[in-house]
Amino acid sequence: MNTKDQLDLKINKEWCKGCNICVSFCPTNVLALDHNEKIEIVNIDACTKCGLCELRCPDFAIWLGGKDNE
Amino acid sequence: MSSNLINEYFRESKLPHIWCPGCSHGIVTRAIAKAIDELGLDKDKVTIVSGIGCSSRAPGYMDFNTLHTTHGRALAFATGVKLANPELDVIVITGDGDASAIGGNHLIHAARRNIDITTIVFNNNIYGMTGGQYSPTTPTGALGTTAPHGNIDKPFDIAQLAAAAGATYAARSTAYHTTQLIKYIKKGIQNKGFSLVEAASICPTYYGRKNKSGSPVKMMEHLKNNFVDVKIIDKLPEEKKAGKELMGEFKDITAPEYTAEYLKLIDRLKGAAK
Repeated sequence: MNTKDQLDLKINKEWCKGCNICVSFCPTNVLALDHNEKIEIVNIDACTKCGLCELRCPDFAIWLGGKDNE
Repeated sequence: MSSNLINEYFRESKLPHIWCPGCSHGIVTRAIAKAIDELGLDKDKVTIVSGIGCSSRAPGYMDFNTLHTTHGRALAFATGVKLANPELDVIVITGDGDASAIGGNHLIHAARRNIDITTIVFNNNIYGMTGGQYSPTTPTGALGTTAPHGNIDKPFDIAQLAAAAGATYAARSTAYHTTQLIKYIKKGIQNKGFSLVEAASICPTYYGRKNKSGSPVKMMEHLKNNFVDVKIIDKLPEEKKAGKELMGEFKDITAPEYTAEYLKLIDRLKGAAK
């Protein structure tokens, strides 16, 4: 199991449909929609790696992955 | 590019899925894969069966033994699969209309028999795929394309219906309450008998637009604020109970399981024939 330090927030814009669910329910406002209404990370320092975005993304477009798992 | 979970349990060549922006069926589908992953089940020993509808598209994306069957009949096919191969973990993915209208009798009789199948109902309160007709779970007064002046029917409570019909495990969570949803799916799969887990889902495209429910985020907030755990509802003051819907575990008991009883009968008759 990865510890939080080894986890990285990853996104796949091609699968994002811009529903805004992850942005709205992120407890620390890490995310935003870009000018194409696709997900982007705007404040990674605030990320607590709680994983709520991954649990609630309907399109599997955001997740916590291992750093060495590019 | 995707997470390990998606990589392991999904047919990535079929993704992205066809569900509308903000449709929460993807959240529930992922929750099922997560539950299977946490239980450490052998992928090749899991069979996922579905009927027809938006929810029933899910098995097409999932990398297990999958079966996409006719409308309402997923449980009939699943019963055959389970009786032929009792060692399989059989999961049925169905929608509110597929489960409780077209397949309503299959549902109550599978529950009555207590056959070891786990049914996950994606309940978005409407027929989404065919254009927003009202379903047996559309709330009274809500609008649908076939209820332009408001639905006068009373909605089914599918989890309670299954519990009353004989399911040994019945629970309800929502696409917002994902952690509980995964927990209930895990318990449903582990239960040796008929389990039904209802997942309150959102349909922003048809239900949401018809009923002016707002954006997918607004609809998720509605799930967050409107569902109360059955364990704490009695502790709430009366004014806070109004209009709330119940989630949580409604039934969790042990009873003889159909496949096991069937095999016992075969053994008994074979013994008598000798």
